[in-house]
Amino acid sequence: MSERPFSFTELVRHPGRYPGALAGLCAIGAVVLATGGAFVYVAGFAAPGRLTAQHIVNRFEGYGGVHAGFRRNHAKGVCVAGYFEGSGNATSISRAELFEHVRTPVIGRFAIPGPNPVAPDGSTPVRSFALEFQLPNHAQWRTGMNNTPVFAVNTPQAFYEQLAAGKPDPATGKPDPAKLKAFFAAHPETQPFQQWVKAHPPSSSFANAAYYSINAFKAIDAQGNTAYVRWAMVPDAAYEAAKPSGNAPDYLSQELSSRLAQGPLRWHLILTVAQAGDVTDDATRAWPADREQIDAGTLTLEHDSAQSGGDCRDINYDPTILPDGLAPSSDPLLAARSAAYSVSYNRRLHEEAGMPAGQISSIEGHQ
Amino acid sequence: MSTGHAHFSPLARFFHWLMAPLVVAMLFIGVGMVATVSQARLTLIAIHRPLGIAILLLVALRFLWRLTHRAPPLPADIPAWQRFAALASHWVLYALLFAMPLIGWAMLSAGGYPVHLFTGFDLPPIVAQDPHTYALLRSAHTWLAMLLFVTFLAHLAAAMFHGLIRRDGVFSSMARGKRS
Repeated sequence: MSERPFSFTELVRHPGRYPGALAGLCAIGAVVLATGGAFVYVAGFAAPGRLTAQHIVNRFEGYGGVHAGFRRNHAKGVCVAGYFEGSGNATSISRAELFEHVRTPVIGRFAIPGPNPVAPDGSTPVRSFALEFQLPNHAQWRTGMNNTPVFAVNTPQAFYEQLAAGKPDPATGKPDPAKLKAFFAAHPETQPFQQWVKAHPPSSSFANAAYYSINAFKAIDAQGNTAYVRWAMVPDAAYEAAKPSGNAPDYLSQELSSRLAQGPLRWHLILTVAQAGDVTDDATRAWPADREQIDAGTLTLEHDSAQSGGDCRDINYDPTILPDGLAPSSDPLLAARSAAYSVSYNRRLHEEAGMPAGQISSIEGHQ
Repeated sequence: MSTGHAHFSPLARFFHWLMAPLVVAMLFIGVGMVATVSQARLTLIAIHRPLGIAILLLVALRFLWRLTHRAPPLPADIPAWQRFAALASHWVLYALLFAMPLIGWAMLSAGGYPVHLFTGFDLPPIVAQDPHTYALLRSAHTWLAMLLFVTFLAHLAAAMFHGLIRRDGVFSSMARGKRS
């Protein structure tokens, strides 16, 4: 122990007398700065060029400003409720309880893409369908599906670039065709998606469309064996093409409501099982048509309600929330979807609560 | 070097040195997982939740031990402001080690998320699903994490100050047992 106790006052008065203490203070400063710096770096502050979920959501907000309380994408939607009944067929590849002969409650949401919560339904060929399955013992399965079996891009970075290319011109309200053309030319992986959309006119109803998992997932059976699957919700209602024009702005939700008033609507959950060698981490590439398909059960929807105040409003349909028996694949879009949905969720729930959003929730105010 | 001062008991030191790396890792995992769009996100979240609950259990045991066993007294010559800072920062650390996992658990409950710990096991919700509660707790989780990190940095700096500059036995009282 030193003769006299250390004193900051002494050190400041006679720094030359205490070289050891000065060296010690420098060491402390260096360790604190290095630890703090590492923390700031991991939080994404010191690396502005790195793509974060906040960047992606900010681009959606740049499309037409912030619509407080609404999802940053797929903002316009309607809540539905019903149940799923497993057929038992899928228990051969997944031990998830809902595939057994049981009934699982479901809260779902139909939506159209884009950040505008009052966009006319006819403005897009894409429809989406999200589901939360409420399994026993507080487990859940959440999935967000589109009516296209493949996605336009296969990396978060390309998606981020697509958002820039598709940004509406404030003067016309539409994206710049030249920018879109340049984007698609630079991204040949978008070809299957574009061809699919051209060949498949949008459905006339939320109820007569099939909805696809987009990404591949792992299915794990009771013995722990893993298979890769994609899934589709295939409607009982017969497909009919939408009228190309002359549709009411909210015709999809109104039509759904009138169908549900007449009785429940049903879909079959079809699992498609990959074979060895099939690409499981690229959402732009479909699997060959001859792959094994399993009818895992029937989804029955009984009720609909407006999303404002509806049960689906405050659900983040994060596709990486999976029950035991399903797991994410290594498709890089899955983690990015999870991250971006979470930022969107945090911002809009802060808005609902009347609290400042982006600047507070997570570290996510930074641009 | 002094050997005359009191040391923390082996169990207290075990709790400290087990929890210190876990808590620091949690802070880094937390800020990393909400920023990244890479697949590390899924791995980090899968670690964050069970590790948080493990820390909650550990701090509960540790706190019981702390309530029933006195910490070694600080050296008599420590200035009053440093004595106060030491006392206050330790209570802040204890409070945050309890609060952070509970807020995280409650926040996920309020958001309607499953509180998934490991394969086949989800914790029950501890508060009702509500957007206002979620928004409040989500912000609290972030800001208290920042406070915890700053308090940890202060604790680290103070430990080094005792070990390198004052050399008063405070650092060694937690770093090792008594040599005789």
